[in-house]
Amino acid sequence: MTAIRRLLPGWLSSYAALYILFLYLPVIFLPIFSINTAATPKFPLSGVTLQWYEDLPHTPALIDATWNSLIVGVSASILSTVLGILAARSITRYRYPGRRTINGLIMAPLVLPEVIVAISMLLVMLQLGLSLSLFTVVLGHVLVCIPYSMTVLTSGFEGFDRSLEEASADLGESAFGTFRRVTLPMVAPAIISSLLVCFTISLDEFIIAFFLTGTEATLPIYIWGQLRFAAKLPGVLALGTLLLLASFVLMTVAEILRRRAARRTQNEGGLHA
Amino acid sequence: MLERVQTERTQSDRTMIDIRDVTRSYGSFKALDNASLAIREGEFFSLLGPSGCGKTTLLRMIAGFDTPTSGSIAVDGQPMDGIPANRRPTNMVFQSYAIFPHLNVEQNVAYGLKRLRLDAGEEKRRVEEALAQVSLTGLGKRRATELSGGQRQRVALARALVMRPKVLLLDEPLSALDKKLREQMQVELRRLQQAVGITFVLVTHDQYEALAMSDRIAVMFGGRIAQVASPKEIYQRPVNRQVADFLGGMNFVKAEIVEENGASLVLDTLGFGRVRADKPKAFVRNGGAATLGIRPERLRVLWDNASAKFEVAGKVVERHYFGEITHLIVEIPGLEKPLSVTETNDFGADDIPVGAPIRLAYDPEALVAMAD
Repeated sequence: MTAIRRLLPGWLSSYAALYILFLYLPVIFLPIFSINTAATPKFPLSGVTLQWYEDLPHTPALIDATWNSLIVGVSASILSTVLGILAARSITRYRYPGRRTINGLIMAPLVLPEVIVAISMLLVMLQLGLSLSLFTVVLGHVLVCIPYSMTVLTSGFEGFDRSLEEASADLGESAFGTFRRVTLPMVAPAIISSLLVCFTISLDEFIIAFFLTGTEATLPIYIWGQLRFAAKLPGVLALGTLLLLASFVLMTVAEILRRRAARRTQNEGGLHA
Repeated sequence: MLERVQTERTQSDRTMIDIRDVTRSYGSFKALDNASLAIREGEFFSLLGPSGCGKTTLLRMIAGFDTPTSGSIAVDGQPMDGIPANRRPTNMVFQSYAIFPHLNVEQNVAYGLKRLRLDAGEEKRRVEEALAQVSLTGLGKRRATELSGGQRQRVALARALVMRPKVLLLDEPLSALDKKLREQMQVELRRLQQAVGITFVLVTHDQYEALAMSDRIAVMFGGRIAQVASPKEIYQRPVNRQVADFLGGMNFVKAEIVEENGASLVLDTLGFGRVRADKPKAFVRNGGAATLGIRPERLRVLWDNASAKFEVAGKVVERHYFGEITHLIVEIPGLEKPLSVTETNDFGADDIPVGAPIRLAYDPEALVAMAD
C-alpha cells in the first residue's frame, strides 16, 4: 500500500505531463515548420527563414480572405454580444417560468454536431431565398457564438447587486445617468470579453462558413483551399501560426476581463466581509 | 446628561415624515396594511419587527423604490406621490451597503455631489467632512474592494450624509457585522445622529438595537403597526403579548378582570392572587379574561428570612448558567406554566439547587395587563 502511495504522485504527474504534451505537441510543430526553408515538413529543419511570413502580405487572395474574416468576425461578435446581453440580463435579473429551459436552448448549439447545424442552416437560408454570402456566414456564426457570449456575460452579470442601481438613483442620479455611471462600467469588462471571444470563435470557424459562404472565402476556407498544393504548405503554416497567436492573445485578454467583471460584481455586498 | 440636552436640541414636535393610511398589496397579499405614522423632525425612529412584517416595504416607499397601493406619504410637508427616488430629500444606507465597486472611497462619497456641480474645492471639502464624520479620514483613496465590513458600512453612511438629506433611511445596516462591531456601531450611529440632527429611520429585526438607539420605535407585525412608543414604554408597557414577546422574554399569567376603571385594572390570578395593574392606553377589553405579564428580571430571589410586600413562593425546576446571570425556571402552585426568572450571579443564584423551595419578590409596578 505504502509503495503505491509513494509511487502514485509520481505517476500522476507523469500522466499529466504526457497529457499536456499530447495536447500541444501538434500545435508546437506549426510554428517550427513555418520557419523551415524546405517546403516539406520534415526533421531535421533544412534552415531557418522568415520568407514565408514575408510572402503573406503579397498574396491577394489571402488579403481578401483576411478582410472577409474581419468583416464576418466583427459583425458576428457585435450581433451575438448584443443578443447575449439581452438574454443574460433577463436570465440573471428576473425569475420567470421557463427561464432554465430558455437558457438550455440558448446554450444547446454548443453541443450540437456542427455539420448538422451547418446543413440545417443551409437548408433554411435557401428556403428563405437568401443567396449565400458573407451575410449568411454572419448569421451562422451568431448562432454558434451566442452560447459563448452568454457564458461570459452571465458570469459578469451574475450577482450584480440591484441595490447598486437603486443607490445611484437614491443619490440623485437619473436612469440614464445610472446606466452610464454604474451599470455600464460594471459590466463593460464582460461585454468586451464577450466581443473578443465571439470574434475569435468566428475567426477560426470553418464548417459553418464552408457551407454558408458563396464565392467569398474566409481565412479557414482559404487555408483549406491552399492545402491542395504542397508548395503552399509553408505559407499555410505561417498563416496558421499567426492565427494561433491571435486567438491565444484574444482569449487571454477576454478571460482576464471576464474575471475582472466577475470579481467586481461578486465581491460586492458587505455580507461577505 | 449631555446627551439629554442634545436630544432636546435636535428634536422638535414638527412632523418630518407623514405616513397616512398606507397599504401595499401584492395581489391578495398585503405587505403593508393601512399603516399611519408620524415621524418627527430630528428623531431617531426605528421600524422593528420580524422578517416579512412590512418594515422594509415601508422604508422603501419613503425612499421612492416602491409605491403605496393606497394612502400617501409626505416628507417635510411635501407629498411624495409620483416623485421618483432621485428627486426625494431622503438618502438610504442599504443592507448590502451597495458600495460602487469600480470607484474608490472618495469617488463613492462624491457620487451624488457630482450632480450638484459644486466647484472642486467645495466638493472636496464636503467629502472630507463626511469622511471625518464616520472616522474614515485618510482612507479616501482606498478601493471599495479593499474595505472591511465595518468600513464599507461607514462609506455607505458618509455617501448618504454628504447629500445633507432631510431624512436618512437605514435598512438593517448592522446585520452583516459581528456582535462586537455591531454594538460599537450602535453607539456611534446614535452619537452621529445627535451630532448631525438629521431624522434617522432605521429598519431592524433586532430588538436590542432598536431599544439602544431609538427615540421612538414602531413595532410591526404582519403589515400592521402594533405599537408606537419610546423604547422604555415599548419594553415595559407592551400593548399585547406579541409585542411583549418580541421585545424579550416575558412571563404570561392568565387573569380575570375583577374591576376596570380609568387608569387601572384589578385582576385575579391563580399564582399572584388579586393584583392591581396599570391599564395600558390602548387597552380594549375583550370579555372578562386578560393576561398579566412580568419580565423575568423583575422577579427577585428572596434569600433566607428576607421578606417583601409582594412575593410568590414555588420550587426551582431548572437552572441555566449564562455567565453574568442565571436563568431559573420556577414552578408556582396554581400556575399552569412555570415562571422564568433571571437573577444576577453576585449573590450566588448560580448555586441554588434544583428542587429547592424558593420565594420571589416583585414590584406591582412591573406587572403589565394585556387584553389578549
